Amino acid sequence: MMNTWLPLSVLLSSLLPGLIIFLLAEEQRRTRTVLNLLAAVTKLLLTAVMAWGVFQGRQYETRLPFFPKADLVLRADSFSLLFITLSAVLWFVTTIYAVGYLEGTDHRSRFFGFFSLCVASTMGIALAGNLLTFFLFYEMLTLSTYPLVIHRGTPEALRAGNVYLRYTLSGATLLLAGVVLLYSLTGSVEFTERGALGAVASHRTELVVAFVLLIAGLGVKTALVPLHGWLPVAMVAPAPVSALLHAVAVVKAGAFGITRIIYDVYGVYLVHDLGVMQPLAIVAAITILYGSVRALQQGDLKKRLAYSTVSQVAYIVLGVSLFGTVSTIGGLVHLVHQGVMKITLFFCAGNFAEELHVHRVSELRGVGRRMPLTTGAFTIAALGMIGIPPIAGFISKWYLGIGALEAHQPWMVVVLLTSSLLNAGYFLPIVYSAWFQAPREEWKPSTRGWEIGLLLLLPTVATAVLSLAAGLFAGAELSPLGWTRLITEREFRP
Amino acid sequence: MMGGTALMAWSVALPLIGAVLSLLVGRAGVRLVAGVASVATLIASSLVAWEVSTQGVLRQQLGGWGAPLGIEWRADGLAALMLLTIAVVGPLISVHALDHLGDREDREFLPLWLFIWCALNALVLSADAFNLYVTLELTTLGAVSLIVVRRDLPGLDAGLRYLLFALPGSLCYLLGIAFLYGAYATLDVGMLAQRVQSGPVTWVAAGLVTVGLCLKTPLFPLHVWLPPTYTGAPTPVTALLSALISKGSFYVLLRLWLEVFAPVLDAEVGQLLGLLGAVAVLWGSVLALSQTQLKRVVAYSSVAQIGYMFLVFPMATSGARAGVIYLVVSHAAAKASMFVAVGNIHQAVGITELGGVQGLAYRMPFTFLAMALGGISLIGIPPSGGFIAKWLLLNESIGTQQWWWALVLLGGSLLAAAYVFRILRGSFLPLPPGVTVRSIPLGNELAPLALALIALLLGLVPWFPLDLLAVGASR
Repeated sequence: MMNTWLPLSVLLSSLLPGLIIFLLAEEQRRTRTVLNLLAAVTKLLLTAVMAWGVFQGRQYETRLPFFPKADLVLRADSFSLLFITLSAVLWFVTTIYAVGYLEGTDHRSRFFGFFSLCVASTMGIALAGNLLTFFLFYEMLTLSTYPLVIHRGTPEALRAGNVYLRYTLSGATLLLAGVVLLYSLTGSVEFTERGALGAVASHRTELVVAFVLLIAGLGVKTALVPLHGWLPVAMVAPAPVSALLHAVAVVKAGAFGITRIIYDVYGVYLVHDLGVMQPLAIVAAITILYGSVRALQQGDLKKRLAYSTVSQVAYIVLGVSLFGTVSTIGGLVHLVHQGVMKITLFFCAGNFAEELHVHRVSELRGVGRRMPLTTGAFTIAALGMIGIPPIAGFISKWYLGIGALEAHQPWMVVVLLTSSLLNAGYFLPIVYSAWFQAPREEWKPSTRGWEIGLLLLLPTVATAVLSLAAGLFAGAELSPLGWTRLITEREFRP
Repeated sequence: MMGGTALMAWSVALPLIGAVLSLLVGRAGVRLVAGVASVATLIASSLVAWEVSTQGVLRQQLGGWGAPLGIEWRADGLAALMLLTIAVVGPLISVHALDHLGDREDREFLPLWLFIWCALNALVLSADAFNLYVTLELTTLGAVSLIVVRRDLPGLDAGLRYLLFALPGSLCYLLGIAFLYGAYATLDVGMLAQRVQSGPVTWVAAGLVTVGLCLKTPLFPLHVWLPPTYTGAPTPVTALLSALISKGSFYVLLRLWLEVFAPVLDAEVGQLLGLLGAVAVLWGSVLALSQTQLKRVVAYSSVAQIGYMFLVFPMATSGARAGVIYLVVSHAAAKASMFVAVGNIHQAVGITELGGVQGLAYRMPFTFLAMALGGISLIGIPPSGGFIAKWLLLNESIGTQQWWWALVLLGGSLLAAAYVFRILRGSFLPLPPGVTVRSIPLGNELAPLALALIALLLGLVPWFPLDLLAVGASR
């Protein structure tokens, strides 16, 4: 059974509200918030319907005419659904958070407009059924995130925006070159289970060149070393933007794209056969270690989190670039786990900055007593990042480790362990001093009933609970782990 | 229903009738007459396009005389698409001109524009090399009058510079077709295509025609008149020049090359034109990056964008033809929207420097959006017509194994991104202190937005123009 309108409506459920929000006057706060939440809930419902359908084996595809020979295709397979569900859920909580965070600041209509466009692009990326469609939405993502990065309008923000554009547009250029190369070889590149390039597998040189171009192009958003420079700089953006950029939209779009390229464009056998899998795994390993080491050196909390993202997203790439099912599961499930944990950390950083004007790691002494719930959420997410059971991050690392052994690459286990030690090195001191050192005296007790506004607190707690739940109930059929098993079962099994 | 051939005649006659009438009626009626003529011509052009897309190529022998004695008009998909482009982009620019220019200019602008419209439509439909010359001359004359419409010093200077290059251009072209007529005894493009042979006469003719048209379009290194002319002319006129008038001479070059000269010339000549185009892309973009005046940035961007168009000659495939025509059309919409937006900024804040865009996003959101969407199309980021054009050209450059043109296309996009975002990024800053924003008429705000939305739309439904273009494509 085929359903043709559902993928398009998932896309439109954030595109249309975004366009309407632009037209709203700054003062129409209530209308804007209602519209935002309505859109987010609608998307959640649509996603749930689609997820259930896909679970039952249904197919959803929207096909729009584009070029005479190439259509725009939006198709929901189980891998799309993984990314869509992650985005829909995290978008919902981030919207609530952003409403609270931006209370009383300027240009909120513009902010939420681009925010919605950004999510719409992410939906498009997730649903893209061929390489051309993917590229269109990938570019739309760049354009819709740029205004968010420079939202504050300070010279520093503008500089960050320049860096962001320089990186992402250069990346897009490489990506486009790779896409065109593949199209000129085959005429059309539909995402196909186990690869779409079987017919042209003999053009080895072209395929390798295209692969390098594609991965380098996608590697910019994924923040693979040495293409990661924009990510720490983009930290000047408001906290909800950083949260979304790091957890869902930008870096994940890159990692998602790399996975698509390996599994649904080339096919894992062809990639292995071309000999480009191992180099990619090595780049990922270097990124993991480099990001962790740099995170250790940062005194600014958001910067530390940014470098941690560089490192953690590379886990996904590592997982999908090892030859084997278990590591693939580990990589894919980390796409979700890292998203949930990292968004919690950024929410916490935002809360600390908002309530106590604390930006540096060294200033977090004793914050646990002043803001116990936020600090608790931070602790859960940080421990998860390190990989301590039963939090979500442990599941990812466990599968990655086993996968590395299965793929006969024991050195990867060493990389994973080293990185975990480094993670502990940059997270545990924060956790320790937050709970066990005396708080600073200038922090007044909160005048409200809660440590911070509920709009900021609830999303933080919710995502922390999700990180915990994703680990505790990993065995369930519809947990992130269960779903990634389904994906590898259906689509990626070599 | 009227036959397709009569519609072709109407699409040329209506703007002419409008031009004459609007000169005759007094000041009060000029807008009304021009408006009616514009709508009527738009309808006629759309019907021609409709006929072409359903019936195929339309032909009309003027006065009942066929070639080689008479003159033939022909509308294929390319001609139909150009008619549509002119009929949509031109009136939107003139809407902007109404409130931008003064009262007297208003009365002179509209008749002149209608006159140019008539000449451009006739140019697009002509299938005769001499008829092409006549229409080209008419366009040039109209353009010069428009450039000096304000009678101020920058305008006169701009007009004179334009004339200095356009006249030798016409002469070169005329001499070229004289050679062709001498050798092959026909000026009909279709017949020339059949009769033309490789040889010194053809080479000289092709060289003269090409140089003449490159002077007018203009191609690097003959572009030196463009930046001062585009800067000195009133902004709506600049928009017309860049969006439509320069496309007229390029259109003639494209037709004659692809249909007549390409088969009998060495591939190296095409490569040379491509090379000059590539240099134009780099040179124009780098200079656009170093300008401090808003209008000059956009003007130098035209040098670069015209450079892309010449990449069609080394590739010379149907895909490259489609790509380059797509570029012509989307550049017409995108660049017109940029120039008109620049005009709005100048009108509202009185600043001609790049800093004029500060605070733009808040005070003039439509103008800002137009600028952003137009800029995206110039860079070639989806969704925009510019991206579709780039995509088609990239595919051809890989497909014809001339990957170096792909490098030009990709590198040029990055440079374009640099100068476009150099303009845009200031618009998010707060309005500078001491600057007041005069309100401008809503029509002036909406005109660039409409143009930019066309550029966007071209990126969303490319199958429609591409299907139309395929009608009567020679290869």
